[in-house]
Amino acid sequence: MASYKINVNQKVYNLKADPDVPLVWILRDYVGLKGTKFGCGIATCGACTVHLNGKPVRSCQLRISAVPANAEFTTIEGIGEKSLHAIQRAWNELQVPQCGYCQSGQIMSAVALLKKSPDPSDEEIDAAMNGNLCRCGTYDRIRKAIHLAAKLENNLQSSIKK
Amino acid sequence: MSVPTIKTGRRDFLKTSGLATLGLLIGLDAEAKPKNLSRSKAIPSDIEINTFILIRPDNSITIINPRPCMGQGTIQSVPAMIAEELEIDLASVKIIQSDGKRKYGAQTSGGSTSIRNLWLPLRKAGAATKEMLVRAAANRWNIAIDLCYASNAKVFRKDTNASLTYGELVEDASKLDMPTEPILKKKHEFKILGKTTKRSDLAERTTGKAVYGLDVEVPGMVYACILHSPMIFGKLISFDDSETKKIPGVLHVLRCERAMIYRTTDSVAVIASNWWAAKKGRDVLKATWDHSGLDKTLHNEEYFGRCYKAAQSEGIRFEESNDFSAKFNAATQKLDVSYETPFLSHVPTEPENATAHVKPDGTVELWAPLQGPGETLEEVSKYLGIPTVKIKIHVVLMGGSFGRKAYMDFIKEACFLSNKIKLPVKVIWTREDHIRQGPYRPGMVSHMQGFVEEGKIVGYHHHVIGESILGQVFQGLEDDQPEPWIGGEASVQTNKYRFKEAHKVSWTNVKTEIPIMWWRSVNASNLGWGQECFIDELAHLAGKDPLQARMEIIEDERFRKVLNTLAEKTNYDQKLPEGSGRGIAIVNSFGSTVACSITVSKFGTGVKIDKAVAVIDCGMYVNADTVKAQTEGNIIMGITAAIKPGIVFKNGVCQQSNYDNYPIMRISEAPEIEVFVMENEEAPGGVGEAGLPPVAPALGNAIFAATGVRVRKLPVNIGDVNSR
Repeated sequence: MASYKINVNQKVYNLKADPDVPLVWILRDYVGLKGTKFGCGIATCGACTVHLNGKPVRSCQLRISAVPANAEFTTIEGIGEKSLHAIQRAWNELQVPQCGYCQSGQIMSAVALLKKSPDPSDEEIDAAMNGNLCRCGTYDRIRKAIHLAAKLENNLQSSIKK
Repeated sequence: MSVPTIKTGRRDFLKTSGLATLGLLIGLDAEAKPKNLSRSKAIPSDIEINTFILIRPDNSITIINPRPCMGQGTIQSVPAMIAEELEIDLASVKIIQSDGKRKYGAQTSGGSTSIRNLWLPLRKAGAATKEMLVRAAANRWNIAIDLCYASNAKVFRKDTNASLTYGELVEDASKLDMPTEPILKKKHEFKILGKTTKRSDLAERTTGKAVYGLDVEVPGMVYACILHSPMIFGKLISFDDSETKKIPGVLHVLRCERAMIYRTTDSVAVIASNWWAAKKGRDVLKATWDHSGLDKTLHNEEYFGRCYKAAQSEGIRFEESNDFSAKFNAATQKLDVSYETPFLSHVPTEPENATAHVKPDGTVELWAPLQGPGETLEEVSKYLGIPTVKIKIHVVLMGGSFGRKAYMDFIKEACFLSNKIKLPVKVIWTREDHIRQGPYRPGMVSHMQGFVEEGKIVGYHHHVIGESILGQVFQGLEDDQPEPWIGGEASVQTNKYRFKEAHKVSWTNVKTEIPIMWWRSVNASNLGWGQECFIDELAHLAGKDPLQARMEIIEDERFRKVLNTLAEKTNYDQKLPEGSGRGIAIVNSFGSTVACSITVSKFGTGVKIDKAVAVIDCGMYVNADTVKAQTEGNIIMGITAAIKPGIVFKNGVCQQSNYDNYPIMRISEAPEIEVFVMENEEAPGGVGEAGLPPVAPALGNAIFAATGVRVRKLPVNIGDVNSR
């Protein structure tokens, strides 16, 4: 057991854990944030996607002992805390989730995509979202919802400028 | 997190709510003859019944939903049937899950039954309750009933527009007799049913707040990771846990068991204070197994070899018109081919998990993502030897299921372990456990024979060959008996084809030890492949367009409308560009008929899937958007089942273990999808599964149209359609 300090959703958590515990279990069982899901454990499904300093990573592959000192994590609980993110609004508008289990990961990947590319093409969407599996088969809606979110966000930006 | 607790009866409700007022509890008995449960207790029954409506004096309304949600939307669509007739806004209602008690009737989400079986009972429950509330208001105002009407959880009087809330009326209403034949709304009067409604439960699935089985936490809980036999049914000889016990957090290593429906297998469980430690401990366990014989019996090649051998012999006849064999032998234009579908894993993104607490006082609490609370309650009671009244089941959201979480092996594991240590135990399977341990959709062979005369398909024989769920799992099939479930699905009563000269459906049970179970759309997904590709082959043999050839042998009006709609929506008459091909298929299953069109274009040595269009006739339905979403999901899962690797056992061991070698479709491979829902006033059919069976054959037929290659064995490598 060793002591670790991690920053999640701009809160610092102190915890004791074995060095090889993957971040997904740290988040779920030590920090108590259950929105990040376990799906495969080998970075093939994307259900455990979180942001590490703004970039999407698979939290099942990151051991607690390997977490960089400057790491700031964002999980699904940190997205749209005050008001829903455009991605979440679009997800609701187009009724994307079915079971919803993979959607935390989908949304984390989509939020990161939109930050990088405010109006992504289908090809960019496919590339950015390809690591996130959805067994319910919501892919067509995910694509449409990302386009919608881009529109919502752009409208917001232009109305702020006005 | 908090897991909602279900009030199991009016008395409990009064006791626990702390309110000195009455709640109204409504239920319907087996024959859908309502009884006022405030006076007489519900009669336990296995037949569909069972809904509860709780109205509090403050006008807050709770609906108890008896059908667990695995993503198919029953959490909204089932309560919607009550809300429609009760005249309440679904968004303001609290919905909780039933806990498996018999008074709620059949509670399994499965077989696409939730809407079609509850359509009348739940609407009657809502309507009867509304009538009682209206009568109570009329009595209060001392006016005639027809001067009152219900709207938005209130009863209004027509003359003065004064109103009373349901909460204000509930005490009086609960003393009235429940009408036995309440008046139900007509389709044109529906405000919720048959419309496009947003699922209010989806919001929390986008914020990480939704609680799935994996997310359940109970004070004092410990975690278990279980070592199963690498050949599933191996007998445990011994194990060495010396390395396991060195891992910090590991608390116990116990012999465990996996109770499948028809047999129980050995396992070893590692229990730890956190799941990662349990998994690490599991991974370093050294176990010795007796695997004798399993290397031979868990072997795809051996099984399919026997299936193809069976295709050379007559099966057991399920149905036949005229003497098919004689006519087939005499026919000049005929085909005799076999189709194959692979074993498949369910792979819901949430793996199997369950949390059980067998308490020292002899009571049990259970939290799990499960499809059937009623069956789970009965099964767990039998398994632990504890009466059902002492068992409390909390149904938690399923992160997908597709049939897997109707199988209670993982739930019984948690019960077994908690019973040993009397602490709350949470069992979590790894993805590898899920893929390698099964159960699976069975792989099957369809031996097809057919003939054409004067450009028309007139003779057809579907010989279904393989293992039976009824036989293997439920031990309910005699060797000389045609499989009734499969026969029914392959029957011309189901597919509506009329073959002028002769037809036959037959069956050969080729048994296997590879464990099987239902998988979304069950055998319809196996049978649709052979049936619909073969009809396409016969159409080409007859020199006919596949749509036209089908129209010539289908008289059923609803089927014809579905096919015509598909033709219209896909501009069927328009020629596709060179190198593109379109395939169609139509399958009737679970009480609904779905036609699918897939277009592909040549891409190197293979094809690219460009677009999928489906038309579904499910009769009347609850939520148009849910019907579409389910059909979209069926298209993705159906294509995945056709183009991605199946489950292969070799010398006793499943060759697949995780998404790296058992891939499912990713977004970059997903085609554009369009779904159209037929409008009519027919009784509701199933929605969760019916969209899947026509998908693979539509693809196979499209590949033929584009490339001239006839695929008969799934999966197909669409990157190189000639490869085998």
